[in-house]
Amino acid sequence: MTGLQGHLSLLLVVIPLLAAPIVAVLPRGRSAWAVTMLVTAICAILAGIQLWSVAHEGVISYELGGWAPPWGIEYRIDSLNAFVALIVAGIAAITLPYALLSIEKEIPKQQIPLFYSSLLLCFCGLLGITQTGDIFNVFVFLEISSLSSYALISMGRNRQALTSAYQYLIMGTIGATFFLIGVGLIYSQTGTLNIADLAERLPAVFEHRTVHTGFAFIVIGIALKLALFPLHLWLPNAYTYAPTVVTIFLAATATKVAVYLMLRVLLTVFPEHFASGTPIYDLFIILGIAGIISASVYAIYQVDIKRLLAYSSVAQIGYMVLGIGFASTLGVTATLLHLFNHALMKGALFMAVGAIIYRIDSCRMDNIHGLGRLMPWTFGALIIGGLSLIGVPGTAGFVSKWYLILAALEQQAWISVAVILVGSLLAVVYIGKIIEALYFKPTDAAHQSVKEAPLLLLVPTWTLALANIYFGLDTDLTVGVAQSAAQMLGTVTP
Amino acid sequence: MEFILGHYNYWVVIFLMMVGFYTVISRGNLVKKIVGLNIFQVSVFLLYISTSTVKGGTTPILKDGFEIYSNPLPHVLILTAIVVGVATTALALALVVRIKEAYGTIEEDEIHKQDHSL
Repeated sequence: MTGLQGHLSLLLVVIPLLAAPIVAVLPRGRSAWAVTMLVTAICAILAGIQLWSVAHEGVISYELGGWAPPWGIEYRIDSLNAFVALIVAGIAAITLPYALLSIEKEIPKQQIPLFYSSLLLCFCGLLGITQTGDIFNVFVFLEISSLSSYALISMGRNRQALTSAYQYLIMGTIGATFFLIGVGLIYSQTGTLNIADLAERLPAVFEHRTVHTGFAFIVIGIALKLALFPLHLWLPNAYTYAPTVVTIFLAATATKVAVYLMLRVLLTVFPEHFASGTPIYDLFIILGIAGIISASVYAIYQVDIKRLLAYSSVAQIGYMVLGIGFASTLGVTATLLHLFNHALMKGALFMAVGAIIYRIDSCRMDNIHGLGRLMPWTFGALIIGGLSLIGVPGTAGFVSKWYLILAALEQQAWISVAVILVGSLLAVVYIGKIIEALYFKPTDAAHQSVKEAPLLLLVPTWTLALANIYFGLDTDLTVGVAQSAAQMLGTVTP
Repeated sequence: MEFILGHYNYWVVIFLMMVGFYTVISRGNLVKKIVGLNIFQVSVFLLYISTSTVKGGTTPILKDGFEIYSNPLPHVLILTAIVVGVATTALALALVVRIKEAYGTIEEDEIHKQDHSL
């Protein structure tokens, strides 16, 4: 590989990082948005090329500054990172056209360049976590993405945005510090930070209690970022009060990257079934089940739709963790599929809700009566997203739940099968509540003249909605990538 | 006795970690929470630095006659972590200032009361 193409993996991180300060000093107006749009589009294309070249040419190893690993920092791209990086960059590129109008409506004009600057930093951090092959580098990127997302959340219109950003900051910093403690402990035992090198050296010291402690610290640290039940308390507030674009972006990418990191630690950093010697998988199944049921029930009783969808996100994270908990290739495949499909469905749903907020400045259940009839296109996208969330055949959500149930059946985990089905039924209830309010209730007098959302909001929303249907019918691409990534991780039933 | 004195640094680390963690959880004052968070982070810095010492080692410099030296890498890592910690504290304090402007208080329970009386 020659020229720029050889630096592909690095460019994905460096372009948004360099663009962020440039965007911050751009004049008010739409130039900040235009540059951000351009950067995310370039990154999405690069991530696509990266996935293609990993699939055809094998693992990419990029040495930063020409320092050979394990001394230098290495970016190591296999089919798993390339897949997650494409999800992050793709979602960002689809969200950005949507951001233009939504952000002009929700954020004071003088803050707009700073907003896009923070968004780019967050984007850079998330891509960095997926790209890097150095575990301390993961911590740095984790903090870049977290710090910028605290700032993004605090830009919400209500003052509760500030308190939820503060709450997230406390929880997130504790999580990141736990991760740092864990990294320090395993570094003290192995003397290396390179993930591939760690995987080689750790088996020799597996019996040491320090390694077990480090493992526990790392897993809990990531679980906080992941919003794994019962560590999810920061998530509903943060998603509810953040500007809609931030909610879309974080819901579709941030937790996904945390799931990726969890898989990477459980299966690559600690190889040879270290994790199955600890109670972690049983714990994941129990917490996954508890998360699915309790968060879905909570979702039913919410009056704010954004909050309802946030609780539903916690439940969906439960599904992903359940997939990891099965500790089988099929389980990890299901997790990866759900990671991708959930990004599509939650993206579409939050975008549709954002369109309603754009028109009536509210998304409380009692304010949206009858709007579905006045905004048919928004409503249509919301229904497709909702069906996908429930897991109706023909949508993306069905594919991932199907694989999850297959993984559960493979291990005869009947309780998990029942929970997955009950979770879907609970999703029917809360999605039904939204549809009932939007379509079957009489329209409020004040909202009689509400018009359909502008095209710039509808196109991204429908792109994601149609993607839900496309990936529900044509499963070759997603299942193929997820399977090869799961096999690469080398999971075998314990 | 050897066990206690030999691990002196680590006892300090554990003590500071617990003090910081407890402060974050138990205090209702938003600034005190940040102080706790800082103590918690500092304990991790100490943990890293402590693991880098080599018995009888000198500072890591290239000079004839000095064969054994401490591991410099954790120090470098911790410099990065300190920068991250400073950024976190700055952001947290900025948020507290904004919260004070919006609510007129930085006590958690009073903020909760105001939010729920709406």
